Amino acid sequence: MTDLAASSRAVSGQKVRKLQTWHWTELFFIAPYMVFYIALLVYPLGLGFVMSFQYFDLFAGQAEFIGLENYQQLFSDRIFQGAVVNTFKFVIFTVPAFVIVGLLIALALNRQTWWAATLRTLFFASNVLSVTIVTLIWRAVYLPEKGLLANFLGNFGVGNLAILQDPNWALQAIAVTTIWWGIGLPMVLFLASLQQIPADIYEAAKLDNASPWQTLWHITVPSIWRTVVLVTIIQIIAQFQVFGQINLMTQGGPNNSTRSMVQFIYEAGFRQWTAGFASAAAQVLFVIMVLAAGLQFWASRRKQEF
Amino acid sequence: MATRKMSKPMGEQILVASVVILAIAWMVPLVWIVGLSLKSSLELVVDPNSVFSFPYTLKNYADLMVTSNLGIWLRNTLIVTITQTVLVVAISCLAGYGFARVEFPGRNVVFILVLMGLAIPQHAVIVPLHKMFNDWQMHNTFQALILPGLSGPFGVFLMTAYFRAIPIEIEEAAKLDNASRFRIFWEVTLPLAVPAMATLGIFTFLSAWNDYLWPLISATRPDMYTLTVGLAATQTNIDQSEGLGYLMAQAVFAGLPMLILYIFFQKYVVRAVAGAAIR
Repeated sequence: MTDLAASSRAVSGQKVRKLQTWHWTELFFIAPYMVFYIALLVYPLGLGFVMSFQYFDLFAGQAEFIGLENYQQLFSDRIFQGAVVNTFKFVIFTVPAFVIVGLLIALALNRQTWWAATLRTLFFASNVLSVTIVTLIWRAVYLPEKGLLANFLGNFGVGNLAILQDPNWALQAIAVTTIWWGIGLPMVLFLASLQQIPADIYEAAKLDNASPWQTLWHITVPSIWRTVVLVTIIQIIAQFQVFGQINLMTQGGPNNSTRSMVQFIYEAGFRQWTAGFASAAAQVLFVIMVLAAGLQFWASRRKQEF
Repeated sequence: MATRKMSKPMGEQILVASVVILAIAWMVPLVWIVGLSLKSSLELVVDPNSVFSFPYTLKNYADLMVTSNLGIWLRNTLIVTITQTVLVVAISCLAGYGFARVEFPGRNVVFILVLMGLAIPQHAVIVPLHKMFNDWQMHNTFQALILPGLSGPFGVFLMTAYFRAIPIEIEEAAKLDNASRFRIFWEVTLPLAVPAMATLGIFTFLSAWNDYLWPLISATRPDMYTLTVGLAATQTNIDQSEGLGYLMAQAVFAGLPMLILYIFFQKYVVRAVAGAAIR
């Protein structure tokens, strides 16, 4: 009896189990992830869209449809306009530095020596620290009078330095902190790209008596150009969402000079508890991020054509 | 090689020298805060420059063990980070195998819909997410800290690509033995995917450990703080603080575990972070 059952199972099994078939129970492979994906990413995305048309009272649990009022209020809000400008400024302060400094470090450290390995380790190390630790370090560096920077510049007669309290310099100071924190990533991406350039191209250039400058400009840069584009887009996406450094170092001040879009969303949503208004701002961020992601997709697709 | 004999070009020497100087500048803040953490706060108030001279003391670290909540926050962080990492790797492996091998109708459409989720930034859904966990009365719980981290599609994307690259012939022998699909997955294919699981695990661990925004709004009770949020809460008055040395001891204490892990597993950490960035 059991033999019969077993053999019939084996026969039908072989019939059904061709290579490219499936059984509905096998949907359980993707089911756990799909539950989290829909419940905690897709649904909130839709909910946020709906909330952006509502006046929302989180504590009373009441929602009231108010049409485009949140958006009207948002686009005429001086502080939000300022936050958009600050965010773009921050991207401009940081992204070119990430690309240029990251590439220079990679060019200098692309060699098999112990000191180059040590310096690579060093430049990437700050990357593994949390934003809280990084800002703790840099707030101490920027402290008026007691701080490292004030001490250092004091030697040159610069007194009374309070850089995070200065509307003209606070955002740049946060940009420097951010570059210190994140330079390791562009460095390793450039290093990986440099190591893929075939050595014989350089040999050929040498035989042609190409100068180092010509070699850099006509061989190295074109070979890694796609990585330059990729690093630029990755950093634009990352820096556009700057939040932790700002919230911890200046809380958007002084005089709103460092308030970024995410900082604005955070304050509207979780300081003023205007969830509908914050959701409207989040939709603006979402649209910009989707455009940037499309750009990244396009850039990484192009890679395969070559 | 022939290049060894040639003298290095001038431009390159300048480049290397500048990067070495830059590296020193990079290290100065770290060395300085370690120095601060070893000084008594009283001495620093009198003379900030005393950091460059003896005597040094471990008193700040001793105080840390007695007075701060770092122990609780470290425990919370470990619970959240380890649980999240294990769950993300598990469900990503399952889903990755499903998308790579199970040819259910509409698979490609569903997969593309999942990949589109890569473009959704956490910051864009943070307000509705907070409302949902508020409705479920789940804030200030470990579930609230862990669950949102499971929705990101990066792991599924990574594992699907990896499983697709494993030749299907490897599974065919097992299929002839009429093993169930899950057994094939568990015994044949999954062991081959360990490198990808390591990459995903390290990346998830790092981002969960360093996450700031979600724990900031979800964990509002100090006993539920993670390290990042707890440390953030203690540094609000740094400008007035006379305990600069104590604050910096906290930073060193909280940063050290990650730095040590990084130095031991550098190759894997770098690969994980770079792999996640370029997806």
